[in-house]
Amino acid sequence: MVATLEIRNLHASVDAEDDLILNGVNLTIRQGEVHALMGPNGSGKSTLANVLMGNPAYVVREGQILLDGEDLLEMEADERSRAGLFLAFQYPVAIPGVTLGNFLRHAINARLKAEDPESKGIPIPQFARMMRQKMSALQIDQSFAGRYLNEGFSGGEKKRAEILQMAVLEPRIAVLDETDSGLDIDALRIVADGVNSLAGPDMGALVITHYQRILNHIKPDFVHVLYDGRIVESGGPALALELEEKGYEWVREKHSMLQAAEA
Amino acid sequence: MAVVRRRSTLPQAPVYAKADVEALSEKHDEPGWMRERRIRAWELYESTPMPYMEEEWRRTDYRHIRWDQASTMVVANGAGAEQVPAKHLEPLTGEEQGGLLVLVDGKVVRRELADELRDQGIVFADLRTALREHEELLRKHFMTTAVKASEGKFAALHAALWDHGAFIFVPRNRQATLPLHVVCYNSTSGSAMGHVLVVLEENAGATVQVEYASSPGDEHASYIGATELIVGDAGNLRFVSLQDWNRETFEFSHQRGLVGRDAQLDWVNGVMGSRLTKAFIEVDAVGTGANARVSGFFFADHGQFFDLDTQQNHNAPLTNTDLLFKGAARDNARTLWQGMIKSLPKMQKIDGYQVCRNLMLSDEARMDSIPGLEIEADDVACSHAATFGTLEEEPIYYLMSRGITRPQAQLMIIEGFFDELLQRIPFDPVRRRLMDEIEAKIIG
Repeated sequence: MVATLEIRNLHASVDAEDDLILNGVNLTIRQGEVHALMGPNGSGKSTLANVLMGNPAYVVREGQILLDGEDLLEMEADERSRAGLFLAFQYPVAIPGVTLGNFLRHAINARLKAEDPESKGIPIPQFARMMRQKMSALQIDQSFAGRYLNEGFSGGEKKRAEILQMAVLEPRIAVLDETDSGLDIDALRIVADGVNSLAGPDMGALVITHYQRILNHIKPDFVHVLYDGRIVESGGPALALELEEKGYEWVREKHSMLQAAEA
Repeated sequence: MAVVRRRSTLPQAPVYAKADVEALSEKHDEPGWMRERRIRAWELYESTPMPYMEEEWRRTDYRHIRWDQASTMVVANGAGAEQVPAKHLEPLTGEEQGGLLVLVDGKVVRRELADELRDQGIVFADLRTALREHEELLRKHFMTTAVKASEGKFAALHAALWDHGAFIFVPRNRQATLPLHVVCYNSTSGSAMGHVLVVLEENAGATVQVEYASSPGDEHASYIGATELIVGDAGNLRFVSLQDWNRETFEFSHQRGLVGRDAQLDWVNGVMGSRLTKAFIEVDAVGTGANARVSGFFFADHGQFFDLDTQQNHNAPLTNTDLLFKGAARDNARTLWQGMIKSLPKMQKIDGYQVCRNLMLSDEARMDSIPGLEIEADDVACSHAATFGTLEEEPIYYLMSRGITRPQAQLMIIEGFFDELLQRIPFDPVRRRLMDEIEAKIIG
């Protein structure tokens, strides 16, 4: 069965009384599809990513998020992850004293335990083998697994660590929140190759980006433009190029004209 | 909890009399010098007021202790080693044990020492036996240089009424190649006056693990104890002590390591149990080139109060002390760490480091840390710090976003907090035990 993430009329804010950051987002992502979500700063891109994952810092005021018809809004972040959703963070947090390897083993074991409470977890040799394989595929040094999670990682290392986590957890739908930001061209290529090797029939992806640059490396099937908490444009790969050429000013003008016309 | 506490009543004193001191010495048929020391200590005790407003005591209110319960000397009632939970008997500092000494309610219930250690002249005995068989060693070392009766009210009381304990002696140029393990367990409430004395002569080495614990009880109990670690020149002592008293126990203890010329002391101190702990933990670097590392672990919950007073005394040049305490508090627990690095005048080229890191796990918990320096030399490297943190939502969310449940995520972050300390502990099983204690505190 092809997994489907459906976002319906999603409204969200930081506090229940605050102004809305998401203003009725509608989007459907199927396993196997790559969607790019572009938009100017402050349009709500990161909010959308975090609301999808269940960040408790946000309040959903209206709308639905369904994964294969299951209501994600009823689930905490850990349940959403185990249901097959993944978020590559824009700013992954450092966790001192917890190694990347140990963390991922716990993440796998949490999945196994959710399926079978009696599970003893993944055998360590099997886990080590899998890690070695995934790390070499992503050109990540093996010593990485022994380092404390994101602590003292360079920007590029953090992003690669996010992609490694995605590779290990094998989500059905992955959201990548500005994974290209702060990367030099080599790191960008490695990250993009990682996404490309994982995206495919088994994984759908929502690639959130401010710049068109990463889309030279990750070919989206669909491109959407988020503006003022709403998707205002959707199209094929050509839309990204058009945006690159015309800039977000074009969206801004067009959209405010539309708004004025509506009013 | 109120920040300023009014003290309208003075703390009560334990219920003892000089006759108790004389009777105790009589009962054990002690040599005259020990009896005299006890009497002198008693006189000192009597002339010293109960501490309460002195700088190192004013944040520690112990007036709720019921001395009518907690100053009845613990008496052995026939309980044996089978009373002791298995975890306290497990060797944590090596696969094989060189010696095991188990005291239950002050009485020796097990005493084993490997022949290969005994043959080297290594002494591993309870204090009573040691006082008979190694009188001169005790006369020389027992409360004469490390912990003295004059250190305070409770030190004097301990010197007057100490009841049981362990004596470990490693002669010159000998190595206790297998670890030695002491268990002090109380199966009844009352007052335990335990003492651990470790003496390493020149160029001697040992690894010692001491566990303190007691079975749950309803009545107040006290541990008025002392630990003396004397590391001779070029000696090397690795000492691990883990305290897990029941929740009605009040600990008042003095613990001091003396580190000789070019000697090493690696001291791990874990505080998990008790209702209230007031511990003075001190290292004196007394010989040039002495090196001491002190690693403290504490975790308080449900109304526990830990007050850990550490001092690093640089009494010789070119000495190095490195102290790291890491602790957590949850529920309405309170912890206090007061640290001090001191140097005698002109002790040049000393390096003193003291850090206490605190993790507050509830809004009701309170943790205080007060570092201090008193250095009377100019060519020194001394640093101190105290940090405070809480369990933040952002890292929890991050771990949860990978499928890890909230309780597991919290536990991982808390264990991660302690990792810096655990990494300093040279024994895997000690690390695992502390991880288990963290887990029990979080889940329990």
